[in-house]
This record gives sequence, C-alpha cells and structure tokens, in this order.
Amino acid sequence: MNEQKLTLKDLIKSKAQEFGLPRLIITGFLLLLLVLSPIVGADLPTQISNIINRFSWNGILVLAMVPMIHSGCGLNFGLPLGIISGLLGATLSIEFGFEGPVSFIMAALLATPFALVLGSVYGWLLNKIKGGEMMIATYVGFSSVSMMCMMWLLLPYHSPNMVWGMAGKGLRTTISLEGYYTQALASFLQINIGNLTIPTGALLFFALLAFGMWAFLHTKTGTAMTAVGSNPDFARSAGINVDKIRMISVVMSTWLAAIGILVYEQGFGFVQLYMAPFYMALPAVSAILIGGATVNKASIMNVVIGTILFQGIVTMTPTVMNNMIHLDMSEVIRIIVSNGMILYALTRKTEGTR
Amino acid sequence: MKNKSIGDYLRRFSVPLMFVIICLICAPISGLSPNYLINEIVTRIGRNAFLILSLLIPIMAGMGLNFSMTLGAMAGEIGLILVSDWQIVGIPGMILAMIVSIPISTLLGLFCGKVLNMAKGREMITSYIISFFINGIYQLVVLYLMGPVIPIVHSTIKLPRGYGIRNTVSLLSMRQHLDNLIPLNIMGVKIPVATFIVIFLLCLVIIWFRKTKLGQDMRAVGQDMDVSRDAGIDVERTRIISMILSTVFAGIGMIIYLQNMGNIATYSSHSQIGMFCIAALLVGGASVDKASIGNVFLGIILFHTMFIVAPKAGTVITGDSMIGEYFRVFVSYAVITVALIMYETNKRKNKSKAGMQLALDQEQEEANG
Repeated sequence: MNEQKLTLKDLIKSKAQEFGLPRLIITGFLLLLLVLSPIVGADLPTQISNIINRFSWNGILVLAMVPMIHSGCGLNFGLPLGIISGLLGATLSIEFGFEGPVSFIMAALLATPFALVLGSVYGWLLNKIKGGEMMIATYVGFSSVSMMCMMWLLLPYHSPNMVWGMAGKGLRTTISLEGYYTQALASFLQINIGNLTIPTGALLFFALLAFGMWAFLHTKTGTAMTAVGSNPDFARSAGINVDKIRMISVVMSTWLAAIGILVYEQGFGFVQLYMAPFYMALPAVSAILIGGATVNKASIMNVVIGTILFQGIVTMTPTVMNNMIHLDMSEVIRIIVSNGMILYALTRKTEGTR
Repeated sequence: MKNKSIGDYLRRFSVPLMFVIICLICAPISGLSPNYLINEIVTRIGRNAFLILSLLIPIMAGMGLNFSMTLGAMAGEIGLILVSDWQIVGIPGMILAMIVSIPISTLLGLFCGKVLNMAKGREMITSYIISFFINGIYQLVVLYLMGPVIPIVHSTIKLPRGYGIRNTVSLLSMRQHLDNLIPLNIMGVKIPVATFIVIFLLCLVIIWFRKTKLGQDMRAVGQDMDVSRDAGIDVERTRIISMILSTVFAGIGMIIYLQNMGNIATYSSHSQIGMFCIAALLVGGASVDKASIGNVFLGIILFHTMFIVAPKAGTVITGDSMIGEYFRVFVSYAVITVALIMYETNKRKNKSKAGMQLALDQEQEEANG
C-alpha cells in the first residue's frame, strides 16, 4: 500500500516535472483568474467567449512555429516576413475590388505566391547560417518590416478605402475590413448561447490546418523533417537532403504566418500596416513555449494549450485586475510572462544545439 | 596573397564604404549647411560615444553584441529619476545619479551574465529577450512601485493619479551641464570638452583593461572557452564580469546621453538605444567578434551623418517626410542583419576550413606512418 502510494507520488512528480514549473504557475494563474472573475463581478461566459475568440484569431500564427521547430531551425522570430506576405495579399485583394467573404479567399490566394517567394529566400538564407538562425531571423523580420514601411507609402495603391484621404496615395496605418472579410470565418455556423459566442468557422479553419500539419508530420517528408531537427548528421547519412527539408519547413512556416495574419484580421476587423507586424512574433513564440514546446520540439497539442493559456491570461488579467483593485497592470504582466517564458526556454539545455 | 588581402580589406570595410557613399549622395541633396552638420555630429559624438564604448567588453569576451545594454540604460534612468526627485542639480546630481545607478546595473549585469551562461552559443538572442524581460520589470517598478514603495515626493514627476512616473521627466536642472562645463567654441562649432574628456578617460580605461590579467582572460575566453577552462580560467566568472562592466558603463553612458537631451522619455528612452548603438558600432566596421575604439568613432560619425541627412534628403526627393524617417530605421536594421549574416557565414567557413585542414593533416600523417 505504502509502496504504491510512493509510486503514485513519483508519477505525479515526474508528470509535474515534464509539465514544467513555469507552465504550472501559468496554468494555476489562469485557473485563479477564472475562479476570481465571477467573484469580482465579471461575466464568466463573456470572458470565456473572449478567450475562444482570441484563440481563433491567433491559433494559426502559433501553428506557424511548428514546422521550423521540427526541422531544427529554432523559434521562428522571422514571423513578420510571413505576416508581410499576408498583408500584401490582403491589400491587393481590396485593391482589386473583391468584397465580402470572397475577398478573404482572394487575399489568401494572392498572399500565397509572396509567401512562397519570400519564404524560399528566407529559407535559403537560413541554410547559409545554420546555428545562428534565431538572431538572424529576428533581424530579417525587423528589416523586412521597416523596408515595407517605405513600400506601403510608395506602392501605387488607389482604392479610396485604403489610402490617405488628403494625399490620395500611401496606405493608411489601419484599414477597416467592414464590407470586406471582417468575421468572414467567424460568422460561419456561429453559435450563440446567451453571452457565449463561438466562432465555429474560424475554429474549424484552425482545426483543418492543424490536422493538415499533423498529417503532414506523419508523411515521409514530415518524418524526415523531424529527423533533420533531432539529428542533422544522422539525417544526412540516412540520405535525407537536409537543406531541402529545412527549406520546406521555412516556406511552410512563412505561408502559415501569411494565412494566420489574414485569420487574425478577419477576427479583429482591421488590417494593421507599418510598424504593427514588428513585435508580432513574440506573442506567438511565447504562446507555443507556454504550451510546452521547447526550442527543438513542438506538437499540435502544444499549440492548442499554449494559445489558450497565453490568450487566456492576456484577456482575463485586465478585466479581473480592473474589477478587483482598479489597477490595470495587465500590460506589464503580459510583457514579463511572455518574455520570461522565452527566456526560460532559451536557457534550457537542448541536445539539438550544434 | 596580396590580392587576397586587398579583397579581404574591401569586404571588411564594405559597410563603412557603403555608408560613406550614402552620406556623400544624401548630404548635398539635403541642403543642410556644413556648419550645422559638423555641429550636430560633434554633439552626437559626445552624446553616444560612452554608450557605444560599453559594447566593446562583451565583444572581447566572445559574447557577441550586447543587446542587453538596455539594462544599464534603465538603471541610469532610475538613478536620474531619483536624483531629480531629490532635487540635486548640476554636476553633483549627475554624479549622484551615477552612484545610484551603479549598484542597480551591477545587479542587472550579474543576472544577465548568469542567464547568458546558461544559454551559451545563443547569447545574442538571449540577451535580446532579456532586454524585453527586464523592460517589463522596469515598467513594474517605475509605473507602480515608485510612489507607494519607493518614495517620490515631487508631483512634477509623478503621474496625476498619485503614483508612477510621468511619461517625460524634465532634466532642466542638469541639462548639458557636463557639456558646458568647459565651454569651447571653434568657428561656430560648440565642443563639449568635459564630455570628451570623460569619453577619453573611458577609452584609456578600456585600453588599460585589455592589458590586465582579467582582460587577457576575457580575450582567451572569447577565443575558445574549453581551452581557457583547461588553462585554469574561471570561464563563467569572467563572462559575468564582462557583462557587469558593460552594464555599468552603459548606465553611466545613459546618464551622459540624457543630460545632453535634457529630458527622460521614461518609457521609451531606453528601448531603441541598444539598436542604434549596435548599428552605429557595426557601421564603423566592427563585427560580432571584433571591435575597436576606432570602430566606435568612425561608426558614430558615419551612422549619425546618415541619420541627420537621410530624412531631409528623403523629403527633398520624394516630397514625403516619412520616407526618410523609415529609410533610416530600415538602414539601421539592415546593417545589423548584414553584419550578423556575415559573421555566421564566416564562422561556418572557418569551421569547415579547420575541418578540412584536420583531414588533410590526418591523411598526411597516415601517408607518413
């Protein structure tokens, strides 16, 4: 009896260790917030539908992290590059005059070639600098965003819904998607129960892509990708073209980021240009890490759990805190939690470091 | 052989050369008078040199570009906020702010060094994230703890709600006091002699430091960690010390920077400083593993000439003032990106070269034996 109890304790202990202390704290914190919110007078169903909504906006951006982690390219801090492809698709779709949900499909189609081209260049670059991916990815993201800042002003866009009214040229910093694809996915089969709203379409779209990713990772190429990530030398001697696999993973990640930002926009209702994509990589990176991924290991489950936990904290803290002590510290908490999580992951010992 | 060395030189100085060309093209277009330009550049040397010099020590220790110099900048800002609340003015105020900032930046540097020791091989990305993380803690301290926990008396720097610090804190009481301590004016160019003396002293300290035992150790660690560990150097400790020194210097540098500006943007002064300092250093021809004092000064002159000239030139060419604004931000990031890429490719090339040499040696040995 006693012995069995001990093993059970050990089991719990090992499970907890596997789960990781920071993750445990964050989960505990979120549960505490959920328990507190009715007590301090916030409406729980509204809160929960907020979290679900936020999840549907951000899920795909977080999913975009998976392929590159699998192929050993590390965390994709170069996410803004994919986001830019998405923004190009979105603005072009509006410029060509597509309306309603069709504009979403067209935006996705128009974004794809940009994502493929930019992703290939980015992948080629990352193959040149194996081992230093993350830092260079960060700066590739930054330089491409600041480069596009000039482009948004210079490119010949004319649609009156997008350009500055006075000058008649140069895109606005935020473009409303009213009449275009705002809520294009979310309103599909939307479920409303009292204050609880579930954006079924957006969730289904995420599920579709997540399932696609899961299925891909079980194909021959997908297994090869995992092999490259866990041991590139072994993979090379097994006859896998390491550079090509890494290239595929980077292109996939970039394309998912492009689609991810479109889904984000359809939920949010606005296209944000100029400096907006600048720091968008950080929340996605920390979300997948909170979900239990490491620098060289990630699963679809990590994406789902991480996005729920991260977005849960982001949406719950301001309301609960405001109701409780009339003090909005959510921004500070968000910065500390998300960057602390990335820091924690970076300092873990990982076998995959070359 | 000689041909190759010229090619190498060209590659090494490609970034500075590119900047010389940009500046030469933009300067006449911008229509700024040479006198104004020289004045601005001299001011900016005084303002930034100390901060950029603080980057040299971690590079020496092989820890790459210290993106977490922002930590020192935050410590400096906390020092200045406290001193301006205590209403100590002028040079004594600055010195007191430095004294207050030193323990804070030492602690932060210690933390940073410890974390970086856990993340060997990816120091740069880690130091970059550390700067974000500590920025969160800085905001927690300045926005919420200053007032209730850390006493702040004067309402001029407090937010109207009664705690937390305002977005801008005026430093009128010490504005350019160091710069104007020894006034000198040569042909309409104002030269901040006292600031230059301080910067010169730091240069001397760095040159001296390189020759000390600790400095030699640091260079050895930067060359090869395993070899230096075998040679009996405490690698971890050396790396932590280099981080602490860098952070402390960055704190002092930030105080000099802010006395020149004349006010603190409490929540944004430090956020861009790391990026601009690193870009300037790289423009001066430094690389991730090699930087000299000469790089610092060449870098400031070239980078800031571009910085002053580009927006004006952009306005003249395109008629839109924002283009030049974005252009200079783009150039800063692009320079860092290119430098990082060059560093990584060179590292890989050297590695494969070393591997090939080893294989060749082995073959020869086998043939001989």
